[in-house]
Amino acid sequence: MTSFAVTKLVAAKDLRIELRSRVLINQVLPFAAITMVLFAFALDQDDLLVRVAPGLVWLATLFSMLVVVQRSFAVEAGDGALDALRVAGVPAQGIYFGKAAALAVQLLVLETLLFAAAFVLYSSRFDGAGVFLLITSALAASCGLGLVGTLYGGLTTGTKGRESLLPLLLLPVVAPVLIGATRATEAALGVGRISMQEGWAWVALLVTYALLFGIGGSIGFGPLVDDTA
Amino acid sequence: METDPVVQLVDVVAVLDRFPALAGATLTVHRGEIVLLTGPNGAGKTTLLRLCAGLLPPARGTAMVLGLDLVEQREAVRSRVGLLGHSNGLYTDLTITENVAFWGATVGASAEEVSAAVERMGLAGRLSDVPVRKLSAGQRRRTALACLIARRAELWLLDEPHAGLDAAGRDELDTVLRAATAAGATMIVASHEMERAGALATRMVEVAGGQIRGQIRGQESGTP
Repeated sequence: MTSFAVTKLVAAKDLRIELRSRVLINQVLPFAAITMVLFAFALDQDDLLVRVAPGLVWLATLFSMLVVVQRSFAVEAGDGALDALRVAGVPAQGIYFGKAAALAVQLLVLETLLFAAAFVLYSSRFDGAGVFLLITSALAASCGLGLVGTLYGGLTTGTKGRESLLPLLLLPVVAPVLIGATRATEAALGVGRISMQEGWAWVALLVTYALLFGIGGSIGFGPLVDDTA
Repeated sequence: METDPVVQLVDVVAVLDRFPALAGATLTVHRGEIVLLTGPNGAGKTTLLRLCAGLLPPARGTAMVLGLDLVEQREAVRSRVGLLGHSNGLYTDLTITENVAFWGATVGASAEEVSAAVERMGLAGRLSDVPVRKLSAGQRRRTALACLIARRAELWLLDEPHAGLDAAGRDELDTVLRAATAAGATMIVASHEMERAGALATRMVEVAGGQIRGQIRGQESGTP
């Protein structure tokens, strides 16, 4: 079976499991919503909230992503399915890209709802001029987060204390995505002093980040999960 | 009648954490056999299964599985071998059919093959649409075996297959394993339960100190 076919198979399986278990809807979204509300309480200044809304949305995305990544690998580790996939000789690249794709789709859903929450809670405004930039930056950031989340999720699967180890390892590594996505979103929403042109430069960084982790993960994921099998 | 060996290990050494878990193991298994590995904990039974599954490379000796070299062609071996250890490798939020279809899809199995695998394990009907998390331990084991069938595994490596099952579940498992062997599967079973697993096996082999010490019962098919 080709890696591309495995990618589609694994992504469809992960999304079906999510639809069945509704962890994103029942656990992650309420967590993200509470985070957004708490940010509003903590800052409590409309102008400030409007200005920092992009950063808060992406911070809430990163925190929520930790839950999604842990869930994605708990599903695999619960009954030894990830080990079984490797034992069955299923290409590791396909597993890696499939899980990353499913993760990216879930993050896109999450980001859409978080942006909607930002418009309601923080009175963010959006005139539509930066819509293409906003969508592209969200897509690039979600791909990058999906790829890096899958790599580190695989790394910590089967290790003791993985619940605390994952954030410790993952959060510093996703800092470029937080910075790049926040700046690009600021440009798209017209807050801060970022021009649209600069916004696209930040999108280029997000794409480069995703490409680097895509290449690195496709090489490293197999040996990583083999070592834990 | 002699058949091509499915497993042929000659003086195989395998190292786990610098410890020689297999220390010169020699074993030949022919198509259609059910070989029971017995021996104390730490004897090397599980290591032998993992080696045959292509998870552990031999450090020395000759190791061929399904005619493929375990050093040079490990990935190819993996795709044709099924290892069922203490866990079942199932997705508990998916139904029986969805699990079997997923594993079957990894080798391009058709919907008919998936249905046949589910039926052969006695899981057809309304049960096939039940999520795995709602199944008994015995039903989960049968689902895992249906996945092996859908994956077209030619060599089944079973590590303590009766563990965690009640008496009815063990009987069910024995029935489906016999049926699978009758349909052409070859099995190596590691178990402490000599009486039950022994009744299932065509040959019993003792493993101790990382070596095959001898045959307790039966003889290699094709051996005069």
